[in-house]
Amino acid sequence: MSMPTMIATATAMTSTTTTTATTAITAEPARPVIALEGVARVYGRGDSAVHALRGVDLAIAPRDFVAVMGTSGSGKSTLMNILGCLDAPTAGRYLLDGVDVAGLSADRKADVRNRTLGFVFQNYGLLPRTSAVDNVALPLLYAGVGRRAIASRAQAALARVGLSARAAHHPSELSGGQQQRVAIARAIVTHPAVILADEPTGNLDTRTSLEIMALFQELSDEGITIVLVTHEPDIARFASRIVVMRDGRIAADRPQAPADAAVALAALPEEPS
Amino acid sequence: MNLTRTTAIAVTALGRAKVRSLLTVLGVVIGVAAVIAMVAIGEGAKARVAQQFQAMGTSTLIVTSGASTAGGARGGAGSKPTLTWDDLTAIAALPEVAAAAPQLRAGAQVVTDLANWQTQITATTPAWFTIRSWAVTRGAALTEADVARARRVAVLGQTVVTNLFPDVDPIGQTVRIDRTPYTVIGVLARQGTSGFGQDNDDVVVVPSTTFVRKVGGNARYVNGQVMVMAAGRDQTAETKVAIEELLRTRHQLRADAADDFTVRDLTQVADAMKASTATITSLLAGVALVSLLVGGIGIMNVMLVSVTERTREIGLRLAIGARPRHLRQQFLVEAILLSSAGGVLGIAVGVAAGRTMAARFGFPLLVRADVVVLAVVVAATVGVVFGWYPARRASRLDPIVALRHE
Repeated sequence: MSMPTMIATATAMTSTTTTTATTAITAEPARPVIALEGVARVYGRGDSAVHALRGVDLAIAPRDFVAVMGTSGSGKSTLMNILGCLDAPTAGRYLLDGVDVAGLSADRKADVRNRTLGFVFQNYGLLPRTSAVDNVALPLLYAGVGRRAIASRAQAALARVGLSARAAHHPSELSGGQQQRVAIARAIVTHPAVILADEPTGNLDTRTSLEIMALFQELSDEGITIVLVTHEPDIARFASRIVVMRDGRIAADRPQAPADAAVALAALPEEPS
Repeated sequence: MNLTRTTAIAVTALGRAKVRSLLTVLGVVIGVAAVIAMVAIGEGAKARVAQQFQAMGTSTLIVTSGASTAGGARGGAGSKPTLTWDDLTAIAALPEVAAAAPQLRAGAQVVTDLANWQTQITATTPAWFTIRSWAVTRGAALTEADVARARRVAVLGQTVVTNLFPDVDPIGQTVRIDRTPYTVIGVLARQGTSGFGQDNDDVVVVPSTTFVRKVGGNARYVNGQVMVMAAGRDQTAETKVAIEELLRTRHQLRADAADDFTVRDLTQVADAMKASTATITSLLAGVALVSLLVGGIGIMNVMLVSVTERTREIGLRLAIGARPRHLRQQFLVEAILLSSAGGVLGIAVGVAAGRTMAARFGFPLLVRADVVVLAVVVAATVGVVFGWYPARRASRLDPIVALRHE
């Protein structure tokens, strides 16, 4: 399928075309893991009302690696909050894995955040004065996992991001890139279907950013759906789909052939050490 | 998510802020320690008052001449002799009375060949030793024969022995009171200082008959007090009534006339003193409880600051799947842990402080188990009550706002 056709279909029919568009990649149409239908979010009332989202339709298939782009105020943060079940839409429906999130109690939403979603933040969001392995184990404490399983799963997640050797280190003893790896380990420790990453490379230098993106690409290949918010095209190029937000609406939604972060990393000039 | 795990999370969270946790605990430590120490000291004082009354004799009544209700120009109790030796015999014969003895007193100079000593002469009968529950450690007490024959014999208190016979065995020695020689037949057990600073052991006991003849007294009237021991431990009230009726009849008082004698019930006095020490104890405990409350408010203050300070942590926990209930529990458990730790430490400090003060003031140390339990329960309640509001605030934080909080 040629790029112009893809963009044309995507723009014309927005996300409802996702299933048809992906038929070229997967044999049968997969049920979207995330489906937004006419989602709006209004803060305040009357004249002072702020329309953060004005009717967003978005379907994200399993294993998709979506980069959400847009200027500040475009609504991408609100979109992420709604996707993360941290905020509720004022209109429209949000189906996560086929379940309407609006009908869930606060506790069920907490469980969804715990098991179905994994969060990665720009500022890592690690607990200070707490070892890396304990930070990674945190979601499991709320998942009702047994003590031994917690320890082994936290170690496994740390191993997955290549930080086994730093398990006992506190965040203050880790570099920014290492801290973000710990945060990613924490996000994947509950084996979530979706990872929501909000500017995960915002505080990192080029090399470390590429390392983190390579890690995300690996996780995507392993079957985790990734939604990543960024305003850097250099980062967005590693995603397989770009969604551009503007004024609370989706301005563009196009699949792309992702660049390989590992290759880009190898191409970087040696750092003077 | 069970309580063990919540507790583990809370312990870890408290461990991240050790100094703050310690300072918070300090308030409760002081509160609990104050309650325990204050009550222990109060109880010690009460026990000491009780001991002193025990020394005076349980179920004791004192009968004196003269009216208790001294109005106008009338003299006080004992000022006008109305109580006769026959009255004493009649009182001793009452079924409500186990024993009755006179207690005549006079200050006198007691002299030996080598030393002399100003002391208190107490003249009485053998029953007196029983009523005062005062034992003779060496030699013998007065006998009925000593009284009947007005023998010149004396029983010495420990202070008198120390001053007159520092090196010799006083038994069999002679002391002179008003130039009359007395033979020492016994030595009283040590009783110590009374609650009013008087040396109980500075006394010489002689037969009442000898005293009336040689020192000064009245053959008809009892020129002093009559000590009475009630037949039963809790029958002092009945005994008092019986003595009053007997004396009114014997003195032929008309129905509208006032008593010309006074019967005092020492048990009542003891009870009143016990009650007043109990009041002071409660007062001290009340003040201490207030300080415990202040400690609790300290916990709430610190927990509220902690919630604000850890807003990001709370937002993060909510984002990764903590239920609001989990956070409420965590903060509540943190508060309860702080207050309970304060309670346990407070018991240790309180007991230690109580022990030090008890040793210093010579009180017995009485740490009441119920007070310890009360202090700990109050401390834990303080944790729940004052931890509840901050915990609720933590659980109601909006995760988006909390995550964005810097």
